Amino acid sequence: MGYRLDINGTVREVEVPGEMPLLWVLRDELGLVGTKYGCGKGYCGACTVHLDGAAVRSCQLKVESVGAAKVQTIEHIGTSATGARLQRAWLEIDVMQCGYCQAGQIMSACALLGRSTRPSDAEINAAMSGNICRCGCYHRIRSAIRIAAGFKEEADHVA
Amino acid sequence: MSPEPMSRAAMDRRTVLKASLLAGGGLALEALIPLPASALAAARGEPAAPAALSAFVSVAADGVVTIVSKNPEIGQGIKTSLPMIVADELDCDWSQVRISQADVDQARYGEQYAGGSTATTRDWLPMRQTGAAARAMLLQAAAKRWRVRPAELTTAKGRIFHRASGRSLGYGEVASAAAALPPPDLSQVPLKDPSQFTIIGQRVVGIDSARIVRGAPIFGVDTRLPGMLYAVYEVAPAYGGRLVKADVEAARRAPGVRHVIPIVGNGDYDSGLADGVAILATHWWLANEARAQLAVQWDLSAAKGHSSSVYRANAEAAIAKGPQSDLRVDGDAAGQLASAAKRVAARYDYPFIAHAPLEPQNCAARFSDGKLEIWAPSQTPQRGLAALEKALGIAPANVTLHLTRIGGGFGRRLMNDYMIQAAAIARAVPGVPVQLIWSREDDMRRDYYRPGGWHSFEAGVSERGELVAFTDHFVTFGDGKTTARAAGYNTAMPPAGLVPHLRYSQSMMPTVINTGALRAPGSNALAFASQSFLDEVAYAADTDLPRLMLATLGEPREVAAPGNGVPFDTGRARAVIARVVEISDWAQEPAGPQRAKGFAFYFSHRGYFAEVVDASVAGSEVTVHKVWVAGDIGSHIVNPMGAENQVRGAVIDGLAQALAGQAIEFVDGAVQQSNFHDFPLARMPLAPEIEIAWVRSAKPPTGLGEPALPPVIPALANAIFAATGTRVRSLPIRLRSA
Repeated sequence: MGYRLDINGTVREVEVPGEMPLLWVLRDELGLVGTKYGCGKGYCGACTVHLDGAAVRSCQLKVESVGAAKVQTIEHIGTSATGARLQRAWLEIDVMQCGYCQAGQIMSACALLGRSTRPSDAEINAAMSGNICRCGCYHRIRSAIRIAAGFKEEADHVA
Repeated sequence: MSPEPMSRAAMDRRTVLKASLLAGGGLALEALIPLPASALAAARGEPAAPAALSAFVSVAADGVVTIVSKNPEIGQGIKTSLPMIVADELDCDWSQVRISQADVDQARYGEQYAGGSTATTRDWLPMRQTGAAARAMLLQAAAKRWRVRPAELTTAKGRIFHRASGRSLGYGEVASAAAALPPPDLSQVPLKDPSQFTIIGQRVVGIDSARIVRGAPIFGVDTRLPGMLYAVYEVAPAYGGRLVKADVEAARRAPGVRHVIPIVGNGDYDSGLADGVAILATHWWLANEARAQLAVQWDLSAAKGHSSSVYRANAEAAIAKGPQSDLRVDGDAAGQLASAAKRVAARYDYPFIAHAPLEPQNCAARFSDGKLEIWAPSQTPQRGLAALEKALGIAPANVTLHLTRIGGGFGRRLMNDYMIQAAAIARAVPGVPVQLIWSREDDMRRDYYRPGGWHSFEAGVSERGELVAFTDHFVTFGDGKTTARAAGYNTAMPPAGLVPHLRYSQSMMPTVINTGALRAPGSNALAFASQSFLDEVAYAADTDLPRLMLATLGEPREVAAPGNGVPFDTGRARAVIARVVEISDWAQEPAGPQRAKGFAFYFSHRGYFAEVVDASVAGSEVTVHKVWVAGDIGSHIVNPMGAENQVRGAVIDGLAQALAGQAIEFVDGAVQQSNFHDFPLARMPLAPEIEIAWVRSAKPPTGLGEPALPPVIPALANAIFAATGTRVRSLPIRLRSA
């Protein structure tokens, strides 16, 4: 089946089975490999992308269900002010260890800041608990979100 | 970096230093430093092989410094921290530095691996010497140009200064001239006084971090080759399963499928190739979907009876029967136990657990004209080459192996089974690049698990509350002669060497399950069992565990370890215990119902760590409020930015092992868990506040990937006891609702 997808501001035409999850269309059809496969069941959040600004698990989203929605991936998130702020914050305190989950973390964080500009720690925990970081970089993920949201982070909180 | 042929070499008994002219102008310096023995082999108890350590640094004409990173990067930060050491002695500015990831080349780089927290220990001095040698040559070239003595020159941030005349130049301006000079004797090169370090000890952002936040393709799973097909490899549901038949045609008819290839393994499913069926398709998802069509029949008889319930019963029986063999006997433990004022006995156990790195096992391979090219996220690529030769008969000389960044190691990628599978599949379709990716279910069910274990402890306490006797009967897995991989004991485990009467003994049962090293192998389980039991001993002796440990450690001294083991420094142990007691305000119990602190200490991978956990219990729910960590890994923390992340990650890893419900269980050799719903990992709400204090002893720096993990589990278990009076003697922690 052929589908017209709005991905990162560009219309892409793909010829794939409608059941194929968006994750594999991005990775294996369009070469957008920043979005990661972790579990294939929606447990880990490594495959998180934005659908009209909302965080979704692309491993659970059939390509036939995407329709006219605007898809945004980690490769493009830096073009938005919030995305760029998050990427800067992530680098300022060097959030990551292995880094494999971080694309999904940033996408979830960006969706959070899109609906709550000054999230509480409880809101951050709730919004991010679907994203697993196997290396356990959770303190810095939390801190980077707070930095991007304009909070002043205590140095030892960051460390 | 492609240096011209070697122009000059300086040799001494120990080292070779080669300087050459960099293509395009500049200095290329290569240090080859023979090592006494293979550190990895020694760590694994294998025969020592001669090994060399290489360091590569170049200074281009434009002043750009390139440092080769030869080891795999798994998130431990080595690709950033080792070059920091070179760059500091070179005295350049970190912004001038570029880092290039080396391919696998034993002759050129010596051992290339990530495991055992060994790199910093081994490379600290050679990396410093190499950087200092490059600086000395640049100084000499500048001195020659200006017709002054090198001693009149100083350096800073990649520039050379002659204060007397006010002249200065950048390293790049004299790099080509330096390449023509005879290299200095590496062992005689003056090193910086540590007070002069400008990069070591700074908070440096990881070298790949900027690419990671943009989603750049740097992981193994991101490898893309022209015309590449995606593969899955269906293996038996139980270990050792043999392929009987599969409906190859049905799978071949599935959408997108290009090849279906049954592969008969080499009978060595542990370190070789397991039987299976490869499906190659245009998209990975299509290959994975087609598995349902295979209707494979397996012969699963090899694993019959290998069930968790059977293992548990075997362990009970082994403990009742008494040890099969002694591992260490000091004094007369039995006699002392009989006459001790107080006697404490308890049994501990822990389950098999999976590594579950977030990037599933994967490997890309292309086989054409007898040559194999591989892109692999492997912690031990050189062992992978040896395994390829053994399993498939492909000689290392015919293999090119590229290292990719690795989405988490934790020890899983010390094994190269996925590499052998990818190569076997690629060989079946010559000329076609293949990327094998395991599903999460494949990854969870075909791990080399941290093996489960059982301990039966006994301890004797004197009238004065001293620990006078200690015994442990360890029940583990093995063939009766040798233990399974990563299922061995540590006969240096405290309180060995500290208590006059001690007996460590062992019994084994066979297993068909593949086992392997998981972050802080051995220690991650032994620390839980031994430090939790010692907490019981402390209660029996009317004291607490920090006091009991300090009394048992005695005066600061080095306690020798059996064999070639690392000596244990009681002074360093005392210092981290004292420090964590101080920063955690140990004597002050936290306010709140069923809330208390617990303590534990452990020494592993050359690192000394004492940790305190503040936890509360409500019903069956455990909440960790805060963890304090005091650690001694030597005189310098090379990159605090990475180091603090390692410590927090290790603590959270340990808390997840204890609290998240992690256990791998078997029924007739088949793993019952499959994904993160039934083998849960830590999520953000589990991560408590973690306070870290470094104790800087005057010893050379050592590694940090592992040693912060072991103490947190017993510290948590001991906190739960202090809060509730209930002992945690089995992992994972499952409390009954009150």
